[in-house]
Amino acid sequence: MPEPRYILGQIVAFTLFAIGLAYFSNAPSYTYHDPEMALIMVSFSHASERKEDCRRFTPEELAALAANMRRPMDCKRERVPVYVEVTLDGENLLSKSYKPTGLAKDGSASIYERITVKPGQHQLIAKLRDSSREEGFDYEGDVLINIKPKELFVIDFRKDLGGFIFK
Amino acid sequence: MIAFKKILRFVFEHVEDWFDVVFGAKWNPFYQLGALGWFYYWIVVISGFYLYIFFDTGVTQAYQSLEYLTHEQWYAGGIMRSLHRYASDALVVMMMVHLLREFAMDRFRSPRWFAWFTGVPMLWLVFTAGISGYWMVWDQLAQYIAITTAEFLDAIPLFGEAIARNFLTDAKLSGRFFTLMVFMHIALPLFLLFVMWIHIQRHAAPKVNPPKELAIGTLSMLLILSFVKPALSQAPADLGIVPATVNLDWFYMPIYPIMNNVSGLTVWIALIGATLLLMLVPWMPPGKRVPVAVVHLDNCNGCSRCAADCPFSAIDMKPRSDGSAYRQEAVVDESHCVSCGICVGSCPTATPFRTRSELSPGIELPEDKIKELREKTIAASNDLIGNDRVIIYGCQNSLDPAEMVDAKVGVVTMPCIGMLPPSFIDYVLSKKMADGVFLTGCREGDCSYRLGIKWTDARLAGERDPRLRKRVNQERIGKYWAGLTRRKEFFSELTAFRMRLTKLATAQTENRAESNESGEKIDA
Repeated sequence: MPEPRYILGQIVAFTLFAIGLAYFSNAPSYTYHDPEMALIMVSFSHASERKEDCRRFTPEELAALAANMRRPMDCKRERVPVYVEVTLDGENLLSKSYKPTGLAKDGSASIYERITVKPGQHQLIAKLRDSSREEGFDYEGDVLINIKPKELFVIDFRKDLGGFIFK
Repeated sequence: MIAFKKILRFVFEHVEDWFDVVFGAKWNPFYQLGALGWFYYWIVVISGFYLYIFFDTGVTQAYQSLEYLTHEQWYAGGIMRSLHRYASDALVVMMMVHLLREFAMDRFRSPRWFAWFTGVPMLWLVFTAGISGYWMVWDQLAQYIAITTAEFLDAIPLFGEAIARNFLTDAKLSGRFFTLMVFMHIALPLFLLFVMWIHIQRHAAPKVNPPKELAIGTLSMLLILSFVKPALSQAPADLGIVPATVNLDWFYMPIYPIMNNVSGLTVWIALIGATLLLMLVPWMPPGKRVPVAVVHLDNCNGCSRCAADCPFSAIDMKPRSDGSAYRQEAVVDESHCVSCGICVGSCPTATPFRTRSELSPGIELPEDKIKELREKTIAASNDLIGNDRVIIYGCQNSLDPAEMVDAKVGVVTMPCIGMLPPSFIDYVLSKKMADGVFLTGCREGDCSYRLGIKWTDARLAGERDPRLRKRVNQERIGKYWAGLTRRKEFFSELTAFRMRLTKLATAQTENRAESNESGEKIDA
């Protein structure tokens, strides 16, 4: 029969251990996002235009190529960076260039940005440039939003659906 | 690192001393950390099986199925869920304390690198398995974990499209995602079990079950906790709302706030760097290698006691290679041997009574030969005076023996007390080299070489070969497993033992006087 003090010792020690487990398994709480603020997520994946236009091989160039490598057009794979701008009530929230992915820089650019904003009614404008042009934008979208605290507003982009999608 | 280790060891030893008082050495959880980890693992597995029966992998059904278990079926499903959570948390605690303790006690170098090295991947497996479990609940905490983990994974420039995009809107989320999570949540613990099995491969008689009383105590604690504070889900996940404030399980998620505030790539580099560093700890610097046990085939009869007693599975019995009539011989695996000498203590040929031939047992340590042990014993007993003369046999991982030496006490030390063949006690007492033999070593339940104290106790009690001969008066044997911290208690036990020896001497003198008197009367 074990000594009573050992049983008592177990009870005391395990009670303390249980309190520790009970508390730290879901406390103290952690504030990941200011509950008074809303969140705008800019997130999409988009393949921009090629950096250089395709051009037709000259007969001399074609002759220089191995027979199995001959094709009418020479297309470089590299894409231009995707440039995105987001403004809220005229205030700039985001203006950033995103490089295409892949070793040959021929993949889609991946955009994933979290922007904390004040809740309320706002005019949101999103612009995107995915070509070699130096000024202006290829796509633009604007929306009037009424966003609540902790609410998430997503700015997506789908070229096949005509551009920006706000949800 | 050395200073940190010393401080850590000091803290552990003193806390454990206190636990020894309230728990007793047998139940002290600090001596059962690995076994408790295994025990919690099985609780998690069994409770997980039950939860799996009721868990639904649909996007909205996942949360609902757990709500049903928690509230409608609180008496079974709710308890199982709480056991699942709290045992998982307890597993993390045990694992981390186990890691720190083995580091503090310096039990990870030389051949012991294996358990350390294989233990490190278990950290990743336990944490990922636990986090995948929280993910399956699909409440606000799960939503937070999903987003943060996905963003963390996206920091590795491998994935073309951000994984975190899958958690932008509820419409993007598929039930297949939960199927994947269930698969991960089952596969990871299974793989963990495999690694746990590898982790203990170099340990003979590994402790994978805690003592029954401790198991009952800890299971009762988890059950009561499950009743008193059942594990609950947070509000259901809604990808349109940011989970602003979450109640984290800090046992599994202390890194999440860091992931939110430091770049993902930095966290990856820190985690991978820390893992590699942890894996390399046994070689920073490498432990000093002491020559390993050597088998003398001339004296090895292949009895296999050394193989049975070796705590690190360093001895195999193989077919005889010297043409002897014996069937087997002991073969030492250098990469496993920690030079503790426990095999020497188990060898029946390691007897100090041998005088006709040279004292060379079947197996011994080149730097601590059994012949030298006999010579040290003789030297230590040479100048002892009185009727309470004591030879102390101690291990080199416990109290410094030098301070124990005086006119009545001689000290002989060895790497582990398990190295002492019981015949040495018989030798000292039958040759009247001392009036008593006192054994000391690491704390009970915490032998540096795992099984030294256990085998010594069993040999002295006549329960394990080589047994102490019955003719030895057990009253003249004392022992106190002092470790490094119990100096005061050790001296008080030694003093009490010497008083016992004095009483025995007085009683013997009186008996002798009485028999002389009765002899004289008969003569008269």
